Amino acid sequence: MGNLAIQLENLGKMYHIGHVKAPYRTLRETIIEACTAPARRMRQMFRGTAAGAADLRARFWALKDVSLEIKHGEVVGLIGRNGAGKSTLLKILSRITEPTTGIGCVYGRVGSLLEVGTGFHPELTGRENIFLNGAILGMQKSEIRRKFDQIVEFAEVEKFIDTPVKHYSSGMYLRLAFSVAAHLEPEILLVDEVLAVGDAGFQRKCMNRMQEVGQEGRTVIFVSHNMQAVTRLCDRAILLHEGKVYEDGPARQVVSNYLHSGLGLTCLREWPDINQAPGNEKVRLRAVRVKDEHGELASALDIRRPFYLEVEFDVLQSGTVVYPLLGFENEEGVTLFVTIERDPRWRRKPRPAGRYYSRVHIPGNFFAEGTILCGGALITESPYICHCHEKYLVAFQIVDAPDGSSARGDYGGNMPGVLRPMLDWQVEYLGEPQEAEAPAGQRVQ
Amino acid sequence: MAQTAMGRELSSAAAAESLQPERTSLRRMTLLRPSKGWSALKLAEVWEYRELLYFLTWRDILVRYKQTVLGAAWAILQPLLAMVIFTIFFGRLAKIPSGGVPYSLFSYAGLVLWMFFANGLSQGANSLITNPELVKKVYFPRLVLPTATVLSGLVDFLLAFLLLIGMMFWQQQVPSVNLIWAPVFILLALVTCLGVTYWMSAMNVMFRDVRYTIPFITQLWMFGSPIVYPSTMVPEQLRALYGLNPMVGVVEGFRWAVLGTPRPELAVLAVSMLAAFLLLVGGMYYFRRVEKVFADLV
Repeated sequence: MGNLAIQLENLGKMYHIGHVKAPYRTLRETIIEACTAPARRMRQMFRGTAAGAADLRARFWALKDVSLEIKHGEVVGLIGRNGAGKSTLLKILSRITEPTTGIGCVYGRVGSLLEVGTGFHPELTGRENIFLNGAILGMQKSEIRRKFDQIVEFAEVEKFIDTPVKHYSSGMYLRLAFSVAAHLEPEILLVDEVLAVGDAGFQRKCMNRMQEVGQEGRTVIFVSHNMQAVTRLCDRAILLHEGKVYEDGPARQVVSNYLHSGLGLTCLREWPDINQAPGNEKVRLRAVRVKDEHGELASALDIRRPFYLEVEFDVLQSGTVVYPLLGFENEEGVTLFVTIERDPRWRRKPRPAGRYYSRVHIPGNFFAEGTILCGGALITESPYICHCHEKYLVAFQIVDAPDGSSARGDYGGNMPGVLRPMLDWQVEYLGEPQEAEAPAGQRVQ
Repeated sequence: MAQTAMGRELSSAAAAESLQPERTSLRRMTLLRPSKGWSALKLAEVWEYRELLYFLTWRDILVRYKQTVLGAAWAILQPLLAMVIFTIFFGRLAKIPSGGVPYSLFSYAGLVLWMFFANGLSQGANSLITNPELVKKVYFPRLVLPTATVLSGLVDFLLAFLLLIGMMFWQQQVPSVNLIWAPVFILLALVTCLGVTYWMSAMNVMFRDVRYTIPFITQLWMFGSPIVYPSTMVPEQLRALYGLNPMVGVVEGFRWAVLGTPRPELAVLAVSMLAAFLLLVGGMYYFRRVEKVFADLV
């Protein structure tokens, strides 16, 4: 049966998203709808189609006409923007969800790792969770028993193995969870962006482990936003865009095209050709970069450390008053804030023609963890002119520290909020509890 | 071109699968395609995942009474407290007959099995929506999840059952040899519970209304089963119809085997068994038919 591991033909996946309201409906239609809806829903219930009035919903193709062949032993990186269909493809390959159209064949035992620590229960001990999680990932009991010591050693949690994981620090929890997953040995391994966890040291360890898996001759499909990791681990990369295969080829080439195409948001956006650069006859935007405190391009930033963004633009017509503007948005599409260049030396000053380089410093302990998308514009404030506006220019990832030294402390759960400042708290000790005394209200008289 | 290559690949794979017993070294092939209509039960696949079933059951047992002060004592306290209330109101005040055994034993025996059923149903029906990460992030036959939840209730049942035997000795009601039939009725309760749970858990994913109706369903069902009253109170000509509720055969049969109350008519038993079996098979087919949308809707 050849050397094929995965073969897909015209695979598509459609989702219904929300209601699309008809502009108006007559009373008669409303009444008919109200009367027939329960019956239709019952029908849908038995057919197993999505709940609700499906015909009134907008359709969205998360994947469309995807045809692919992947051979055994290939390590393939799946790249593309958020919503390009990468995770949907992994879900179909691992049989979590069914395709809407098309057909596919997978030859070999599939192990999928879409999330670390699936099924971990906070009340169970590390030992119990290893067995549970291993079984959930598809390992046999004997296999888990054989690898148990290796897993514990890899996670560096020997001392706490019989402690309920709810008492673990978030770092320990993630290390244990990843460690179980890292010892999964299927013929075909599907990995979603799970390596962006833990501190830098542990991330390096995970990368090495991934590399080992690839070298063992296993087929690996690896979704990542970390282009460095993709070029390092994969021979081949597939770029998905709006649910379709946009490019498929050697990893280095696909990644490089992706970075320059503007399809993917990364920490770097440049326009080498001035005619394609956003702007007009007065100004053109030439580059936006995200750099860490050492001046290195960085797509993942430590939540505790400051970093900066730089904007390069050309003023083509001398005498133009112009300021770059940057706007920040989180993954949910919430605008966090907008900032406009405020260097006093250039306030309200007509600028001579030439290249300008502005940079804005962002303090540490400021953004909450997650992906931050950044858009920008070149504007003149008064009279207001928008020379160019790009909704999205660059993106970066804020990674929280698992060792308790960030605003999160040792709390490992979900921490809400769009910002995560480290604020100054002060505590005073007010002495021993005074139980014997009368309640405060009575003492006052 | 690609189409024909695909066709060749598929047919050779299909041929390979039929040859599997002889050539186990061949790689397993999985087909990904949209399914239509009713699909096969694929119970062999569920069997393949029996270790996962074991671990999930084990997890549910381990965490059930974590962070409670009384711990596993709740397994006994739940039916025991209900028994005290029922004995006062139905036994003493309403003077409901209890087939020649003390009302407390009569109701407790019914409650032990009923609580297994009702708790299994209410937890099992929610098992898919309370474990969304398992449904969305890993693949396994989804039947495993509600099954594990229901099975984990057997431990509670066993504890409560031991107390029942203890109570019988205390009240000098020695069980007869009929006790050997008790497992049959326990199994029947399990089958009924699994059947209803498959229906409810699958519907629950699509319509969260189910979640809110379950408390009423179980309450109504309890009064439709001979828990607080003997089935002899039901008019004779309606008994076979009454037996359509599998819990009738389950509870009456269990009481007969353990307490020695009058044996239910065989016709009633047969109807109950058939109903339980149909519920189970129907539930499994329905579950399999709609499970493809679980990951998108949970």
